[in-house]
Amino acid sequence: MDKVQNNKAWFLVLPVLVLVAFSAVIPLMTVVNYSVQDTFGNNVFFWEGLGWFEQVLTDSRAHSALGRQLAFSGIILAIQIPLGIAIAVCMPKKGFWASVCLVLMALPLLIPWNVVGTIWQIMGRGDIGLVGYSLSAIGIDWNYARDPLHAWITVIVMDVWHWTSLVALLAYAGLQSIPQAYYQAAKIDQASRWSVFRYIELPKMQGVLLIAILLRFMDSFMIYTEPFVVTGGGPGSATSFLSIDLVKMALGQFDLGPAAAFSLMYFLVILLVSWVFYTIMTNLDKAEGR
Amino acid sequence: MVQITLDNLAHSYLPNPQSEDDFALKQLDHVWKDGEAYALLGASGCGKSTLLNIISGLLVPSRGRILFGDRDVTHQDTVARNIAQVFQFPVVYDTMSVGDNLAFPLRNRGMAPAAIAAQVQKIAQMIGMEDQLGRKARGLTADAKQKISLGRGMVREDVNAILFDEPLTVIDPHMKWELRTQLKALHNEFGHTMIYVTHDQTEALTFADKVVVMHDGRVVQLGTPEDLFDTPEHTFVGYFIGSPGMNLIDADVAGDTAHCGGHAIDLGGHYRAPQGRVQIGIRPEFVTLTTGDYGLPVTIKRIEDVGRHQILRAEFAGKPINAILPEGFAMPAGANRLHFAPDRINVYADDWRVAPLQAVATPERKAV
Repeated sequence: MDKVQNNKAWFLVLPVLVLVAFSAVIPLMTVVNYSVQDTFGNNVFFWEGLGWFEQVLTDSRAHSALGRQLAFSGIILAIQIPLGIAIAVCMPKKGFWASVCLVLMALPLLIPWNVVGTIWQIMGRGDIGLVGYSLSAIGIDWNYARDPLHAWITVIVMDVWHWTSLVALLAYAGLQSIPQAYYQAAKIDQASRWSVFRYIELPKMQGVLLIAILLRFMDSFMIYTEPFVVTGGGPGSATSFLSIDLVKMALGQFDLGPAAAFSLMYFLVILLVSWVFYTIMTNLDKAEGR
Repeated sequence: MVQITLDNLAHSYLPNPQSEDDFALKQLDHVWKDGEAYALLGASGCGKSTLLNIISGLLVPSRGRILFGDRDVTHQDTVARNIAQVFQFPVVYDTMSVGDNLAFPLRNRGMAPAAIAAQVQKIAQMIGMEDQLGRKARGLTADAKQKISLGRGMVREDVNAILFDEPLTVIDPHMKWELRTQLKALHNEFGHTMIYVTHDQTEALTFADKVVVMHDGRVVQLGTPEDLFDTPEHTFVGYFIGSPGMNLIDADVAGDTAHCGGHAIDLGGHYRAPQGRVQIGIRPEFVTLTTGDYGLPVTIKRIEDVGRHQILRAEFAGKPINAILPEGFAMPAGANRLHFAPDRINVYADDWRVAPLQAVATPERKAV
């Protein structure tokens, strides 16, 4: 019997296609559209080709924003990952205090971004803020609106406060899934606390830690709201990370073309990093024989 | 190496145990003689692993003491007790190589590198993994990982005892036999006290000199495989050991006769009428099928041919009763009665064996 080819079945895919088109493809395409055109307003556009891409790639302002962004993501990862692991290792494993710790850890995660920004904006103020006032009181002239270093410290401390919990909770979940027999075997083998961490806990947490690093990298790489509320990207452009710079360019200056080109490259960077992580994780699973 | 004494031991996982039911391990006095190989046999959840973890020091018992020789080690940790233990599921250090895994317990004790290398080589040979020493342990099969766990358990020669907690559960059947043989060989060579927890009677009976049977948090019998087969001290031992297990029939026992539903059965000894729920126990191996008026009338359900012999499944007063018939045994027409060898019958009152006052004169039965 001949197999009947009925291509009408493709119509069943249509609803998904429409949904994805409206949610992702069409908005993205408008950005692509802007990125290759120029306009002087009045909805009149001129073909620009890859000019904006070339401009952004050679633009020192974009370079320095990317540099700041990488530095920021690198610093917060370097702090949050070890700190999160340390907290998870120290947290009680069961009982009343385990629940208390979990709730306390989850709290910062539940606060909206702009509220976090506002909290730290006020906290860091030298005149009324708890932290700023205390620092001023012990003789440090704390002013994140004037001193780039102070601005950076404030933004980083804020991000650590907001997001270390996520790493800690993920690491904690990883720790909880280690069977008791591993700890018992380690005791029998007379392993030191450090050996237990190095040879049992860390390898077993590898999977969740990769996810934590991925999430924290993505989130910090796209950070906008909190530093915008605290410093507005300043002083000068000291804390203008990629998103902030992009918004300045697109909405502040209304340079739609370069901003669109910038957005597309920004998007590609994130896609690339995600792909790298995905590959690492699938390779790990293969090595585990899963 | 040392004799291990459990003195008045009991353990509950609850903070304030009230009744006896709260105890995972009921009161227990026991001596593990130095250099013997014991099997700890019992159904899942009977307290075997609890007992093992108490001996190794992973758990502190709620009551009682553990003595190593004369030394009270109840509150000492595993390091001080110098004990090796192998767990039911493989525990390997994933990021280390196979060789490093085996060397780990020795390195932690500060042994000289040359001595470690020699010892690792020896153990690797024993578990058949010499050619994989340099390989990472991650990604090995469960079999191989468990062999590494076994190897880590055996790598230290100076331990006081080696405890095995159902170590061969995940291992292939043919490899099981081989590893068990290796364990026995190791036992013969070094004379470590070995305690081997299992719920598999074949494993227990082939591995150990002495078998400890546990039931419901209690040690119900300690003995050689023959003791467990011939004179189970508790009905649990009777039906847990043997395939199929011992037949148990409610009976009234007086003198040297048991009455089961109006049928008299000769016993191998004299009994003063036992109190409580009285049962007689007879292994299927000592039940024969007969014709005529002699023996217990039963309803025959079916016969299973298991190769070496046949198993007769029958019923008496609604309760199953089994007999083992020789291979190729042809059932006589009208056979519906079972005869029990009198000297192989044990009498139980409330599940515990009652010793006869004196044996009825039968030549092959030793006095009890």
